[in-house]
Amino acid sequence: MRVFVTVGTQLPFDRLIAAVDRWAATADADVFAQTGSASYVPEHMAWKRIITGTEANDWIRTADLVVAHAGMGTILTRCETGLPIIVMPRRAELGEHRNEHQSATAKRLAHLPGLTVAENEVELFNQLRGFTPLATTRRMEAVASPMLLAAISEFIAVPRHAAANMNKGTTQ
Amino acid sequence: MTDKQKTTRILAVSSGGGHWIQLLRLRPAFADKHVTYASVGRSAAGDVAPAPYYEIPDANRAQKLKLIGLLLRLGWLVLRVRPDVVISTGAAPGYFAVRIGRMLGARTLFLDSIANAEELSLSANLARRHCDLVLTQWPDLAEQDGPQFRGSVL
Repeated sequence: MRVFVTVGTQLPFDRLIAAVDRWAATADADVFAQTGSASYVPEHMAWKRIITGTEANDWIRTADLVVAHAGMGTILTRCETGLPIIVMPRRAELGEHRNEHQSATAKRLAHLPGLTVAENEVELFNQLRGFTPLATTRRMEAVASPMLLAAISEFIAVPRHAAANMNKGTTQ
Repeated sequence: MTDKQKTTRILAVSSGGGHWIQLLRLRPAFADKHVTYASVGRSAAGDVAPAPYYEIPDANRAQKLKLIGLLLRLGWLVLRVRPDVVISTGAAPGYFAVRIGRMLGARTLFLDSIANAEELSLSANLARRHCDLVLTQWPDLAEQDGPQFRGSVL
């Protein structure tokens, strides 16, 4: 089983890296972690601080499991494959982010195909221990909702005065 | 009029990562238009080829010098492309792009990231005064005479 771990490049996320490393010590899995600015040094998995966007995309599209912070790029790209991803949100109070938006985002996206949320490192470790690779679930289409596409098409098509009226439309 | 003059020119700008992935999901709305893309990094060019792609510097609000570099690059790009419409999915590059675009007469749309489920991002809030349309992807964040909700990238 190939597992890809990613926490982006901007801020450290040692809790996630350490929990996966602890699991990797006993797991029968080939684990590679992109650790960013983490200070924790993994002992039981291969790792690099930074990889190219192309490398990251290859991993995200083909790994049997992805473990990630709640970064939208990773989440959307992965859910387009329908393959499983475990997301652990960063917590601002622990210095892992500037605000708590990852927690809110993760909760609201928990319905996406293949996505599981781990609230903390204990949940993450337990989910990893209980994980078995499954066949592809339903894939998410790689396009925005028809409603949004229609709104943007309309915006592109209409002249300025109409666009101004559009912005004053009803709020729902 | 030639065909080229009739085709609407769109400049689509975002920073990297999730902002870029969300911009890519809007592409069906750009069908039959002349779209120029700009984002951070080189690998993104491959996502939109053969459409023209320009790399812009990565910068956030804490990096003043880089922000100036970004501003100059986007100013040059808007002058070069002369877009009818500027569309952005954030963050700092998107804000600058819609501001410069509007100054030069383009219609401007800013779509706030789906990651902002509880409050609008700083760049979306800043963009409000400079955009013809600001969209949020969460109905709770829509306001009368403010950001509108018209669906999401999902």
